[in-house]
Amino acid sequence: MPENILASRYSGRRRSDAVATALAFAATAFGLGWLVLILGALFWKGFSGLSVAVFTQMTPPPGSSGGLLNPIFGSLVLTVIAVVIGTPIGILAGTYMAEYGRYDRLSTVVRFINDILLSAPSIVIGLFIYEVMVAPMGHFSGWAGGVALAVLVIPVVVRTTEDMLTLVPNALREAATSIGLPRSLSITRICYRAARAGMVTGVLLAVARISGETAPLLFTSLNNQFWSTNLNAPISSLPIVIFQFALSPYKDWQNLAWTGALIITLAVLALSISARALVATGKQS
Amino acid sequence: MSAADGIVTDNFGALPAIYGTVLTSFLAMLIAVPVGLMIAFFLTELCPQWLRRPIGIAIELLAGIPSIIYGIWGLFIFAPFLQATLQPFLINTLGHAPVIGAVFAGPPYGIGILTSGLILAIMVLPFVTSITRDVFEAVPSVLKEAAYGLGCTRWEVVRNVVLPYARVGVIGGVMLSLGRALGETMAVTFVIGNAHRISASILAPGTTISATIANEFTEAVGDLYTSALIALGLILFVITFIVLAIARYMLMRIERRIG
Repeated sequence: MPENILASRYSGRRRSDAVATALAFAATAFGLGWLVLILGALFWKGFSGLSVAVFTQMTPPPGSSGGLLNPIFGSLVLTVIAVVIGTPIGILAGTYMAEYGRYDRLSTVVRFINDILLSAPSIVIGLFIYEVMVAPMGHFSGWAGGVALAVLVIPVVVRTTEDMLTLVPNALREAATSIGLPRSLSITRICYRAARAGMVTGVLLAVARISGETAPLLFTSLNNQFWSTNLNAPISSLPIVIFQFALSPYKDWQNLAWTGALIITLAVLALSISARALVATGKQS
Repeated sequence: MSAADGIVTDNFGALPAIYGTVLTSFLAMLIAVPVGLMIAFFLTELCPQWLRRPIGIAIELLAGIPSIIYGIWGLFIFAPFLQATLQPFLINTLGHAPVIGAVFAGPPYGIGILTSGLILAIMVLPFVTSITRDVFEAVPSVLKEAAYGLGCTRWEVVRNVVLPYARVGVIGGVMLSLGRALGETMAVTFVIGNAHRISASILAPGTTISATIANEFTEAVGDLYTSALIALGLILFVITFIVLAIARYMLMRIERRIG
């Protein structure tokens, strides 16, 4: 082949590689740029409204000052209900799939369905809880909101529990059996202990996931403008208040929405970073 | 038939919502898939080792931000920005083009189908990226080394070796992200405009299934209205279930192959 054709082919290949490389750099800058823009706007708008009053006062009527105490409290309560209901179910299901029925047909089906539930639209879960809890009870309630969030916690915990237990080496189980431990004890005393960091991570990730969820709460726990600890009544929560206040025409409500958004984001970031740190320490030991 | 008329006549239709859902998700994937693939290319082949973890974590943080944050940011910052810059530009240039003009016609509302599609693109980008990166990393390095040994450039290795090998996984990841985009509620509800009509222009306000449910469910009067919205929820569930089932099936196939 004449030399000039070869040379042009080489330079063509080199050029397409350079173009692709430039595009890859640009794409990464583009992706990271959004993170900076969103977090930047959030900190800028959110910090200006952050004060002690936010944590000590109730949500105000338009035009007067106030805070976010009742939605913060409501969100905490709903999260606790969701974790208390969702974690045991999730861990038990994950334990079955990893320990007792690892090669069962049932486990394969459950794993498949669970993976779909993991990314199912949360608003559909809200509708489901509305039909099975709110409609029969006749009123919106904090319990319904907590259960809706629990439905979101379960698949996350199932997945991480199963993954972490699968990683536990079989030699540990065999050793436990050889010294005469029954199956149940070898799971609770040996496997859980070995997989603990990962399982806690799963719960933390689940909490991070639900702390910003709005759609399932819209028609389960609804909203409450006042301080309320009654779980049989509608209860306030941060995401719903943000939704309501952000779409309102009042400037001070919108500012509170930004502050609430900042609080949620900081909580989620703290949770995911501690989950990550936990995984890192688990790997080292 | 639009739901807005239906409130008076008890006559409901889902077509505008389904149309909006499909169109916004399509726009989102149109942007997120190529960008996500290029980021994965960067992370697996180009990025220096010490930078991989921080960038990977940053991308995953983007995935961890709750959708309501995207919503409030989209409403107050992104939509006004688009209204002032991108949308007038599109209207003045492509809006006068002969065939596709109608797609970019109309006043710049700020909110609308295009804005929702863009927000969704930002939201699903981390999902596309992290799954694609994982499948790219699962490609046996002997294959890549062999290609490099033949004198392939990095881009040729990714295009001709990595991508064909990881194809099933990439498609699975894309479908998984599509499932997310179809069902996404809050980010879209803030910026879609909740207009029950099908417009030729992507700058016009529209609605999606999830936005319709979120906006109207607590205000629905009468059993039929409520039932119509729940039926809408069923349609959404069926669509996303099918998409997610295909996604999981494909990811399971590549997992089995890798081992």
